[in-house]
Amino acid sequence: MATLNPILSKLDEFKEQVALNKEILLANLVMAGEIPAETFKEQNRRTFMLDRFRECGLDKISTDEVDNAYAILPGNTDRNILVSAHMDTLFSNSVDHTVRVEQDVVTGAGIADNSLGVAVVTSLPTLLEAMGIRFQSNILLMGASRSLGRGNLQGITFFLENFSSPIEAGIFVEGVDLGRVSYNSLGMLRGEVIIRSKISHSGSGMTGGSIESLSELISKLQTIPIPSKPKTQITLGSCHAGKSFNKPADEARLRFEVTSEEVGMVSWIYNQIQEIIQEIESESGLNIWLEEIARRQPGGIGFSHPLTAVARNTISNLRVTPIVKPSMGELSALIDKSIPGLTLGITKSAPHDANKEAVYIEPMYSGIAQLVAVLMSIDEGICNENKD
Amino acid sequence: MKTKIENWLENKTFHHSQFWDLLKLVEQKEKKGLKISLCIPTLNEEKTIGKEIVIFKSELVNRYPLIDEIAVIDSGSTDKTLEVAASFGADTYLAEDILPEVGHKKGKGENLWKAIYQLKGDIIVYVDADIANIHPRFVYGLVGPLLYEDEIKYVKAFYDRPLAFSHGVRPSGGGRVTEILVRPLFSMFLPELSAIIQPLSGEYAVRRDVLEKIAFPIGYGVETSHILDVYKQWGMNAFAQTDLDQRVHRNQATIALGKMSFGILQSFLTRLEQFDMIKDMAELQTIYRHFEAQDSEYRIIEKEIQEEERPPMITIPAYRDKFH
Repeated sequence: MATLNPILSKLDEFKEQVALNKEILLANLVMAGEIPAETFKEQNRRTFMLDRFRECGLDKISTDEVDNAYAILPGNTDRNILVSAHMDTLFSNSVDHTVRVEQDVVTGAGIADNSLGVAVVTSLPTLLEAMGIRFQSNILLMGASRSLGRGNLQGITFFLENFSSPIEAGIFVEGVDLGRVSYNSLGMLRGEVIIRSKISHSGSGMTGGSIESLSELISKLQTIPIPSKPKTQITLGSCHAGKSFNKPADEARLRFEVTSEEVGMVSWIYNQIQEIIQEIESESGLNIWLEEIARRQPGGIGFSHPLTAVARNTISNLRVTPIVKPSMGELSALIDKSIPGLTLGITKSAPHDANKEAVYIEPMYSGIAQLVAVLMSIDEGICNENKD
Repeated sequence: MKTKIENWLENKTFHHSQFWDLLKLVEQKEKKGLKISLCIPTLNEEKTIGKEIVIFKSELVNRYPLIDEIAVIDSGSTDKTLEVAASFGADTYLAEDILPEVGHKKGKGENLWKAIYQLKGDIIVYVDADIANIHPRFVYGLVGPLLYEDEIKYVKAFYDRPLAFSHGVRPSGGGRVTEILVRPLFSMFLPELSAIIQPLSGEYAVRRDVLEKIAFPIGYGVETSHILDVYKQWGMNAFAQTDLDQRVHRNQATIALGKMSFGILQSFLTRLEQFDMIKDMAELQTIYRHFEAQDSEYRIIEKEIQEEERPPMITIPAYRDKFH
């Protein structure tokens, strides 16, 4: 029976090989990073990935209705392992996407989240070839579209709903942070409240139009009883209201997120928020809308699952402290389909200016060595829960 | 009937996309038995050099072995230019360490000239280090014409990708110094050369057997004098030009362009005299003057700009020993 130790003993060799081929990785990082890819506008980045897959001579290079990029690094069995990175970033396409490469740091808009993930998935066939590694399983390489914000995981969800063969496990690659192991997903709901008023200002005193109602809403949200265990949280992410100094705001918007480890808690809190909104609406006569932007169910494979254990061991053997934290990204979609999966980080964030992201180069070698070791472990059946 | 300029424009003007198939380019290079060197002249370019080396090494050395060496030739940077370039696998040289017996002069042309001795390629591609949107096309677009047409010896880059146009006729040309100095001079004295859209661009690829036979002004006049010398010795059909789409780089202040024009004029007029195109020219002054104002006071700023020249490399004994 295959064991993890022979794989762990090769970690330093993997790191050296990645370091020797760093220009391949960094060139892909620069080229992907300089292609703007805000959510729903990832087409150029998808084309870049497809072109690269073609250059590597991969199988079944394709795209789909939601702009995902796919290719298969063929093995010699019918087993499939998914390796995916979301292509979209939080940066608008109008932002300067010039990437800067210094001796130890790469800087640019969206370089950490998630141009580096895209570069790793794109470079993987070339790096594996340089390492002389061939897998028995087919490696499904994917650039996932429409992941963030209103994209609401459309890319990965579309793939999982339409890919007809079984997937043994999935690894999602994020640029940062090296050591990150996400094996479960919190229950999560993201919503937006829109308040509209038609108040005209006359007379004396203070008037704020929809801002007043937004303030009342925020006060009332704070009265919702939130348990500390299982961990539950309401985050007010952003609010925006009004346009000028001298006119009461006719529109106010609040974006929030509710997360919880407890099944059903997110829905209970959401119902509370709906009731508060109905109350304010009926008292004020304003129009208030509540839109659900995204929802995830809690779940995952557990801390002691062999896949999680392999990842933790691998990371520790690279002399990096594992950072175990839940994911609310593509992993949730995999969990919904009961497919074992992890999200792994590749490197460490570096200090950077506002409107940029920066990542250290040297830790990338460990990050990719980790990814290769975990893939080998899955391929050799070490991560199967029922292997005994 | 087409004029010579029209014929040249039609036959010797390329777009980089014509050479996108790097596998074919590498095959052609191997068939011709040529070596290609990339030279990046630098002076304090730590912000952009890393990206250039990474892109060229990954795409044109590792993936497609089109270039045989990447060399950074530096004028004495005080920042980490050489350290960064070396860390990504470029060969790095200080210009003053190359051919020490001929001494050292400060200027970009000096680096380009010494590269001919230091590098081994049959073709040398020069690419400036300050390009923010670097891409492999900056090399393969220039090398392509040389690999496919033996007649072509000197390929210049030009950049023609306007931000907005209406698919109709649009003006196309070079930078400010090209349009208000160099192209009027070419039009006046050597009209065929006015067809070179950006004669001053810092990106070009040249065969060694041409580079070794032309002189190198070490300052602003190097590109202009190259064009005049190559034209005189090999004719218009030795040139080609490739559209590399867009180049994003630092913009120079008008004062800096004045100094540049002064240097170019020196090289140009000296060449015209050598070619017997003008006679009895007075000795050229080497002090460039411009003005600064504070309130109602005006002050003359004087700067000596003397376009020193390096002779054709083939006249240097150490070079002949190494290559001939």
